[in-house]
Amino acid sequence: MQELFPYLLNGISVGGQYALIAIGYTMVYGILRLINFAHGDVFMVAGLVMVYTTTALPLYISIPLVLAATVVLGFTIERVAYKPLRTAPRMSVMISAIGVSYLIQNLAFYITGGVPQPVTKPIPFISNTVSIMGASTKMVTLVTPVLTIALVIVLVYLINHTKTGMAMRAVSKDFETAQLMGIKINSVISVTFIIGSFLAAVGAMLYFTNYPSVAITSGGMPGLKAFVAAVFGGIGSIPGAVVGAFIIGLCEEVIKGLGYTTFSDAFTFALLIVVLCVKPTGLFGEKVTDKV
Amino acid sequence: MNMTKKKTIFTAAVLLVLFAACVIVDLTLPSYHIAVTVIKKATVYALVAVSMNLLNGFTGLFSLGQAGFMLLGAYSYSVLTIPDGKKATVYQYFENGGLPFSFTDIFGGIFGEQVGTIVGMLIALLIGGLLAALFAFLIGLPVLRLKSDYLAIATLGFAEILKAFFQWNGLGPITNGSNLLKSYPTFNKATPYVIIAGLMIALIVLLINSTYGRAFKAIRDDEVAAEAMGINLARHKRMSFIISSFFAGIGGGMMAMYMGTIAAAPFKSALTYEILLIVVIGGIGSITGSVLASFLYIFSSEWLLRGLDSGTFLGINAPAVFKNGFRMAVFSVIIMVIVLFFRKGIMGDKELPNLLDKRPKSRKKKEAAGK
Amino acid sequence: MSKNVLKIENATMQFGGVVAVDNLNLEINQGEIVALIGPNGAGKTTAFNVVTGVYQPTNGAVWFNGEKIIENHPQGKMKKLYKGEHAGEYNNTIAPTPDVITKLGMARTFQNIRLWKSQTVFDNVLIAKHCRTTSNVFSAIFRLNRKEEAKQRAEVEELLKVVGLYEERNELATSLPYGKQRRLEIARALAAEPTLLLLDEPAAGMNPQETDELTAFIGEIRDKFNMTIFLIEHHMDLVMHISDRIYVLDFGKQIAEGTPEEIQNNQRVIDAYLGVAEDA
Repeated sequence: MQELFPYLLNGISVGGQYALIAIGYTMVYGILRLINFAHGDVFMVAGLVMVYTTTALPLYISIPLVLAATVVLGFTIERVAYKPLRTAPRMSVMISAIGVSYLIQNLAFYITGGVPQPVTKPIPFISNTVSIMGASTKMVTLVTPVLTIALVIVLVYLINHTKTGMAMRAVSKDFETAQLMGIKINSVISVTFIIGSFLAAVGAMLYFTNYPSVAITSGGMPGLKAFVAAVFGGIGSIPGAVVGAFIIGLCEEVIKGLGYTTFSDAFTFALLIVVLCVKPTGLFGEKVTDKV
Repeated sequence: MNMTKKKTIFTAAVLLVLFAACVIVDLTLPSYHIAVTVIKKATVYALVAVSMNLLNGFTGLFSLGQAGFMLLGAYSYSVLTIPDGKKATVYQYFENGGLPFSFTDIFGGIFGEQVGTIVGMLIALLIGGLLAALFAFLIGLPVLRLKSDYLAIATLGFAEILKAFFQWNGLGPITNGSNLLKSYPTFNKATPYVIIAGLMIALIVLLINSTYGRAFKAIRDDEVAAEAMGINLARHKRMSFIISSFFAGIGGGMMAMYMGTIAAAPFKSALTYEILLIVVIGGIGSITGSVLASFLYIFSSEWLLRGLDSGTFLGINAPAVFKNGFRMAVFSVIIMVIVLFFRKGIMGDKELPNLLDKRPKSRKKKEAAGK
Repeated sequence: MSKNVLKIENATMQFGGVVAVDNLNLEINQGEIVALIGPNGAGKTTAFNVVTGVYQPTNGAVWFNGEKIIENHPQGKMKKLYKGEHAGEYNNTIAPTPDVITKLGMARTFQNIRLWKSQTVFDNVLIAKHCRTTSNVFSAIFRLNRKEEAKQRAEVEELLKVVGLYEERNELATSLPYGKQRRLEIARALAAEPTLLLLDEPAAGMNPQETDELTAFIGEIRDKFNMTIFLIEHHMDLVMHISDRIYVLDFGKQIAEGTPEEIQNNQRVIDAYLGVAEDA
C-alpha cells in the first residue's frame, strides 16, 4: 500500500485532468451526437501555447492568453468544420472531426518542426514540490482535484440556473424541437464548444506541468482516454464524465504502480469495450431508444 | 457493340495500360528509384483503402480498426519469414527468440531458394490475412452490435489494445517487444506488389458485385428494410467485417514488405485516419476512387510535393516557408476542403466502367468516342 | 374450409405501462385478403411488427402455416407490469428476427416507403432474392453460382414485367414517382417468394385514381400468385372493395370482425371512428 500511495495520488491528479477534457467531449456529444475527435488536439494546442507564452510573457498575461487562444480555436473549429455539416449524415461530421484532428497535428508539426517543445518555464507554485505522507509530488497533484471539482460545481450551477444552460439542456434533449421553440441552436453549440475548450485549456496547463515537453501527439492519448471516461460515466452526463475520469485515472496509475506500464493504455480501451458491451449507457447515462 | 461489352473492353484496356506502365517502370528504373517506391507504397495503401471502403463505404459500418488488422498481418508476415540464420541478430534482446521454423527456409528446402522464398512469402501473407480475419471474427460478435460512432471508437480501442499487446515484453520472444523486426525477405521490384494487390482488389470487386455485395449495400442503405427482406444483419455484418479485416491483414503484410523493418508503433490510429481520409478523397463507395486516391496521395506526398518540405518548390526558393512539415500541412488543408465542400470525393460512388455512362463530363465523352 | 395461413393467438404488446395491442386474436386462410383497420394509434402497425418479428410480443403466440413461430410470456420487469390476459398460458420464448420470418414465407411493405435509395429498381427487387440464394460467399465471389444468379435475374425481370416496372428497371428507385415506389415495394416483397404478403398502408398518400389502380393491382397479385394478403389501410374504399374479411382495432383491442358489409353496419365500429356523444 505504501508503495502504491504515490500512484494513487497521481491517479487522482491525472483523473482530474482527464475530467476537464472529458467534459468537453460529453457536452458536445450530448448536443451534437458527435465524437469530437479534434478535442484532444485542442488540448495539445493549449499545451503548446502555454509553452510559448510562459517563456515570453509574465504569468498574468500568458495564462489568460492560453485560455483565450484555446477558446478561439474551439469556436473556430465548430464554425468552420462542423456547422456546414449540420444536416449531413453523422459519418460525414465524424470524418470532418478526424480531418480537423489531422490538420491540427500537421500544422503543429510544421510550426514546431516536429520537435517536442520543452516546458522550460512551468507555471510556478503548482510546479513546486511538496511532500505528503512521505511521498514527494508536485503541488499540481493537490491543486488539480480541488480546481476540477470547483469548476464542475460552477459549470453545473450555470447549466441548471442560467438561460443559456436551460437552452443547452433543451437542445440535448431534442435538437429539432428546441430549434422550433426559438432556441438559437448555433449560439448554444458555440457556447458548448467554448466551455469545452476553456476547460481543456485549464486541463492542459495542469497536465503539462507534470511533463517535460509537449509533442504534437501529446493530445491523442489523453483525448481518447477522456472520451472513454465520458462513455464510462454515461455520455451526455457531466458528473458521469468526472466520476469516470477519476476512476480511469486511478486505475491507470495503479496498473503502472503494479509494473504493467505497457498495458495502462490498453486497460482504458478494454474498459471501454466492456462498458459498451455490458452497459452502453454508462454509469449515469440516460437510455436512448431508437425508433423503427 | 452493346454498352456492357464496351465497358468491359474499356476497363480491361485501362487496367492493361496501367499494368504495362508499371512493368516498364520496373524494367527501366533501378529499384531504389522514387517511382518504384511510389508504386509499391501506393498499391499497399490502395489495398488497405479498398478493404476499408468495403466496410465503411459498402456496408455502412463505421469502423476504425484498420491499423490493428494491418498490425496483425505485418507481424505474422515478418515473424513467419525471418530466416533461421538471422534470428539471433534480430532477436538480440531475447534469447532463442523467434519461431522455431521459418517459411523462407522450409519452402526454400522444397522448391529451391528463389522459388521457395517467394512461396514462403505468399503463404505468410495469407496467414497474416487469416489471422486478422480470425481476430475480426472474435471481436465481431460484441462489437458489431454497437451503433455507428460507438462501433468506431470500440474498433479503435481494439486496435490500440493490439498495439500495446504486441509491444509487451512477455511476447518478446515472438514479437521482439517494442524493438524492430527486420531481415525478412521482401520484393525489390514494384510489379509483385501490383500483382498481389491487384488480385486482392479484384476479389473485393467480385464480392461487391455478387449477391452478397448487394446485400451489404442494402444494409448500408436501410438496415430495417434489409432485415425485413430476409437479410440476416448479424451474419452479413460479421461477414463484411471479417472479409475486410482479411484484406487489411494482407495489406499489413505488404506494408511490412514495403518498409523492410517494422515495429508496432507506426500502426497507430493516425494510420487508420490517413487511410480513412484517402477513402473519403476517392469517394466513399467507389473502389476506383480509393485506388486512384491512394496513388494521388502517395504520389504527391512522396514525390510531387517533396519540395514543399525541403526549401524549393516550383522553382521558388523559400526555406523559411518550405520547411519540414509544410507538405503535410498543405495536404491536410486540401483534405479538409474535400471533406467540407466536395463530400462525394473524386469518384462519388462511380466506378471505372461508369465513366462511359450516358452523361459523363465532356472530357470523358471524347475519351469514349476515341475508342 | 381452406388451409389456415396465419393465426395470431392472444397476442399482447405492452411498452412499459402502455398496452399497444391487447389480446389480439386473428386468423387468415389461404387465398384470403384480410384487412386490419382502426383509428390512428389503434395498434395496427404494432400488430404487424409483432407478426414480422420487429417486436417481441409481451404475451401470446403466432402460428404460420400450422407451425408456432413466435411465442412469449411476461418476463423480468414485465411480470409485474403486465396488464393483459392469458398470462399463465404461455411458457416458452420463441423470438426469431425479422429475416428468419421472411425466409419462412412472410414479406412486408412499410408505411413510410423504405426502398434502398442508392440502388436501381432492378437491384431493389434482386436484393430481395438474396434470402433465397443457396450459394455461399466463396462460390459467389468466384462466380460458381452463375446458374442461380441467371435464374434469379430472369425471375426479377419477369416480376418487373408483371408489376409494370420493366421499363424503369435501370432507374434509381428514388427517381420513381410516388405511386410507382409503392408498387416497387410490393414487387420487392414478392421477390422474397412469400406465401403471405403484409401491406402496411399501401395507399397512404395516394389520390383517388392511384388508389383505384392499387386496388386493382392488389387483386391481380392475389390471383396471379395465389397469394394470401394481410393489409392495414385507412382508405375505406379500398378496404371495403377488396377485403374478404376485416378486423377492427381500437385502443389496442379488437372491437369487431366480419365481412365488409357486417363491419359497415357495426355500431361499435361507427362509434370508434366517429366518437360517441358524451350524453349518449
